[in-house]
Amino acid sequence: MLIDAIIEPFQLTFMMRALVVCVLIGVMCPFLGAHVINREMGFMGDALAHSVLPGMVGATILGFSPLLGAIPTGIVVALTIGYIVKKSNVSNDTSIGIMFTALFAFGLVLLSLHGDEEIHVEDILLGQITTISNTDVLVTVFLALVTFAIMVLLHKQLVFVGFDYEGAVVAGLPASRIDYLLLALLSIVIVVSLQIVGIILVVGMLITPAAAASLIAKRFSSAIVLGIVFGVASGVVGLYMSYYFNVPSGPAIALTSTAIFTLSFLNRLRTT
Amino acid sequence: MPSTCPCLNEGCNCCIQVFNACIEFENQLALDSVSFAVPPGVLTGVVGPNGAGKSILFNALVGLQPLAHGKILINGCPPKNSKTKISYIPQKERVNWRFPLSVRDVVSLGTAASTSLLANIRITSRDNDLIEESLRKVDMWHKKDHLVSTLSGGQRQRTFIARALTQNADILILDEAFSGVDISSQEGMLQILRGLRDEGKTILVATHDLNTLAAKFDYVLCINRHICAYGKPELVFTKDVLIELYGSHSEMFTTHQIGQHTHVD
Ligand SMILES: [Zn+2]
Ligand SMILES: [Zn+2]
Ligand SMILES: [Zn+2]
Repeated sequence: MLIDAIIEPFQLTFMMRALVVCVLIGVMCPFLGAHVINREMGFMGDALAHSVLPGMVGATILGFSPLLGAIPTGIVVALTIGYIVKKSNVSNDTSIGIMFTALFAFGLVLLSLHGDEEIHVEDILLGQITTISNTDVLVTVFLALVTFAIMVLLHKQLVFVGFDYEGAVVAGLPASRIDYLLLALLSIVIVVSLQIVGIILVVGMLITPAAAASLIAKRFSSAIVLGIVFGVASGVVGLYMSYYFNVPSGPAIALTSTAIFTLSFLNRLRTT
Repeated sequence: MPSTCPCLNEGCNCCIQVFNACIEFENQLALDSVSFAVPPGVLTGVVGPNGAGKSILFNALVGLQPLAHGKILINGCPPKNSKTKISYIPQKERVNWRFPLSVRDVVSLGTAASTSLLANIRITSRDNDLIEESLRKVDMWHKKDHLVSTLSGGQRQRTFIARALTQNADILILDEAFSGVDISSQEGMLQILRGLRDEGKTILVATHDLNTLAAKFDYVLCINRHICAYGKPELVFTKDVLIELYGSHSEMFTTHQIGQHTHVD
């Protein structure tokens, strides 16, 4: 009976594809998210997510999957944001804010000019699991593996640069390139996650499980591992909720991760 | 390589040489024509009031800050392509303490530049030995699992010194290392630094407070946007020098015009 309820959704192939992507973003978002919360890059993540809209719409108009349009757009925007942060002495938030709202607005205009009923604004903003194709899944698996490998292999370097930038430069690390790399990986993970959680809620997936984990785990490496457990749990539970209560996957996952965060927070209040 | 070292001794082996360095920072002259040299294996205090240009000088020594003119050589090479291993320990305000890193985590970062990528997943016993040895040297082994963000100022500095040791640095540069460190811990830190000096490390420590500590360095470099005095503490710390050092330097800098320095080498 319970087993049936657990298995049932995944007899649908689109749910199986969604599950694969959900688990992968459940791993990748908190992994990157642990760096994002400690470097206070949440706003940048949000900006990145919004900025890829023109790429997604453009790809759809040309007959490709939105994912394939979002990937290059995301990387270009990430490197531009990195450049702004390195070069500008004035507030980064202002220049990044101007850029991402402009790109997001441009994407919305493209969307309404095109007027195709195949593209729905809500799908792009909130995530739409039914439209994930086999190619999307393969691309997601590939990108997740590459990102995961880089994050593990360069773990110490990424931590050194985020913790003590100048000390890292003097120690001989290519700190600036490592920062750009982190932004590029962040854009990839965000773009991949858009399929499930949508533009508006992707930052929740990025920071909420990681923040919940950081309330419980003492050390950075254990916070990453626990964050991944929370991320996968949010993704899978959210997917079931989406199926059984017929709500969009993005909000269902975001609410699940918020519930986990709340429990972690209460646990912390109790123990301190 | 220029024939005469700023120390003016024939055949010296100074590892840090600064020749007529001027540094402009935010459209102001931060350092005016600074020349000095440091021999290896000495502990030098860089003293001067806040805003005297100590951090900027340190940034220039490690290649983080360009010069308006003049030059800096570390063992004969400009800082950016120097093969000499330098460890830079920034002021505590420059470090992102949000990262929940243990003492051991921070010290192990010292191997990040030298070891292969695989070392991130497979820590060798050699690395482990090096980390343990470094932590014992600064008397922090018993704190290895504590989070650095929860430590006292002195313990944090000792952790960073241990990181410099795993980095196998020959030159250690510590910016405001004693600020926020209580007097008894300062003495302990000085002890550790002296021990490292005796092993041949060259150490520069910036400090803005001129308490009893400053007299305990081998050499002191007094700067306030230029070099006011440089030498052994007992010779340097005279009443005249201190009045000069902490006095107004507003009438200086007549020859240097911002942004249009003429090169004289
Ligand atoms: Zn010399
Ligand atoms: Zn000059
Ligand atoms: Zn003076």
